[in-house]
Amino acid sequence: MADAMKIRAQLQGDLADVKVLMFHPMETGLRKDAVSGEIIPLHFIQRVVATHNGKTVMNAQWSRAVSKNPFINFRIRGAKTGDKVAISWEDNNGETASIETTLN
Amino acid sequence: MRALALGGAYAAAFAAGCLRPVYLFAAEWNKAAFDAKALADTMKNIGAGSATDSDQIQLKAPEIAENGAIVPVEITSRIPDTQTIYIVADKNPQPLVAIFEIQPGLEPFISTRIKMGESSKVRVLVKAAGKFYVTSQEVKVTIGGCGG
Amino acid sequence: MCFRQLRSCVRLFLSGMALASVAGQAFATPEQDRAAFIALYRQKFPALPLKAYVDGALTLSSDAKAQFDSIMDFPPFQGDIDKGRKLWETHFKNGKTFGECFADGGRNVAGNFPYYDSDVDKIITFEMAINRCLRDNGEVEFKFGDKATMGSVTAYARTLSDGMLVNVRVESAGAAAKYERGKKMYFTRMGQYNFACASCHLDNAGKILRTEILSPAVGQTTHWPVFRAGDNLNTLHMRYRRCMEQMRASPFPAGSEEFNNLEYFHSYLSNGLPMRASVYRK
Repeated sequence: MADAMKIRAQLQGDLADVKVLMFHPMETGLRKDAVSGEIIPLHFIQRVVATHNGKTVMNAQWSRAVSKNPFINFRIRGAKTGDKVAISWEDNNGETASIETTLN
Repeated sequence: MRALALGGAYAAAFAAGCLRPVYLFAAEWNKAAFDAKALADTMKNIGAGSATDSDQIQLKAPEIAENGAIVPVEITSRIPDTQTIYIVADKNPQPLVAIFEIQPGLEPFISTRIKMGESSKVRVLVKAAGKFYVTSQEVKVTIGGCGG
Repeated sequence: MCFRQLRSCVRLFLSGMALASVAGQAFATPEQDRAAFIALYRQKFPALPLKAYVDGALTLSSDAKAQFDSIMDFPPFQGDIDKGRKLWETHFKNGKTFGECFADGGRNVAGNFPYYDSDVDKIITFEMAINRCLRDNGEVEFKFGDKATMGSVTAYARTLSDGMLVNVRVESAGAAAKYERGKKMYFTRMGQYNFACASCHLDNAGKILRTEILSPAVGQTTHWPVFRAGDNLNTLHMRYRRCMEQMRASPFPAGSEEFNNLEYFHSYLSNGLPMRASVYRK
């Protein structure tokens, strides 16, 4: 199965700079299919959670106005080598995906 | 590190003990705020009755967006005890774009990419110690003649 | 509409004449053409280093370039490039792969395209080489204008030449003849708007037309395919087609001899510049 996300994390001292790319159409529900003329249904990531060693550091709520294939960059203080950073999303259809990385 | 699109496979994989459970989506999705069409209603629904202008919120956004579908936005809040960062595009059909709750350990910094339907103020609100602060910047969105 | 003035018609003709009459020859050599283009652009953009030309109109707006750099830090179309990689690495029915059709598995080859093949008296583009590979291995060739096949595989395959300097060669009479065809098309007015490529990209490079900054020809061919708006794959020939449509001209097909010859001339202008495939454009 194709990856749902890509993650890159860089440790600078005790600061973990984390960049995540999520593969999701983020359909606004306003576009029409070019062939059928039908409206492409609303389909977007609604909630995002980021954790550091299992502890939640960020909760996000998104609208359909976050760009397709969403990108997010956040920074965790107090990080060190070996720590685990995970990010999960849930969309309006109830589908979810997760990715985890170990800082080095 | 594998990213898995869950769903049907989720239950089976969890039962097999090979997945960390994904039940961390604590916050309710604020439907009223996200569905609001008028800026005033958006503000009301996120609880920002009045917000103080602040020069302690650094907003980096383009002057003229290359393409309204993908506008990079970077926010750094220097306000102590920043709890939440909100991104609003005044002239979007629904102005509220995103809400980021900053838990302990997270720097009050967010960079992401948003959609803008037309030229508009991009407004960033910060909730810190229960109070709301705001900064904004005009971002132009054009539809060019040829492009690329 | 901006260019109905007689003055710009005359200027276009004169710039064509200047390029044609260098050193008193009826036709300038490719090196003389490239030098003449660069000299004209240096007058317009005196502070711009040559290698910055690969960013085209972006290099003329720091606001636009900043958005490009931000998006390219982690491109939203990375998944599409990965799909192209899968296509490139998938074995043919006979067990071989695309990489085996090219030197060094396809690494640092794209800068040598297009080239003139005297055996068939034709210009060969990188995309034609992809199709020759398919043909030689008993597979069905891709349509040049198809994003899902030719677009996708080149979105990955061309990145194997990232950093390679453009190295288009015109080293025979046959090659020069094709080069001249491409050059002629570049300077030929077409369509209801009666514009030549040179009208916008030589004479008026750097100016703003319909809210767009017109990019100079030097550097233009180094960065294909592009992902417009971050998700809409466009190859160079698709872009040529779109340009022709915008001139209200009937566009040649992707992979046509007209476009192959044009690409040959057009790419020569970027000789010495580093390539970078699969980039963001608005």
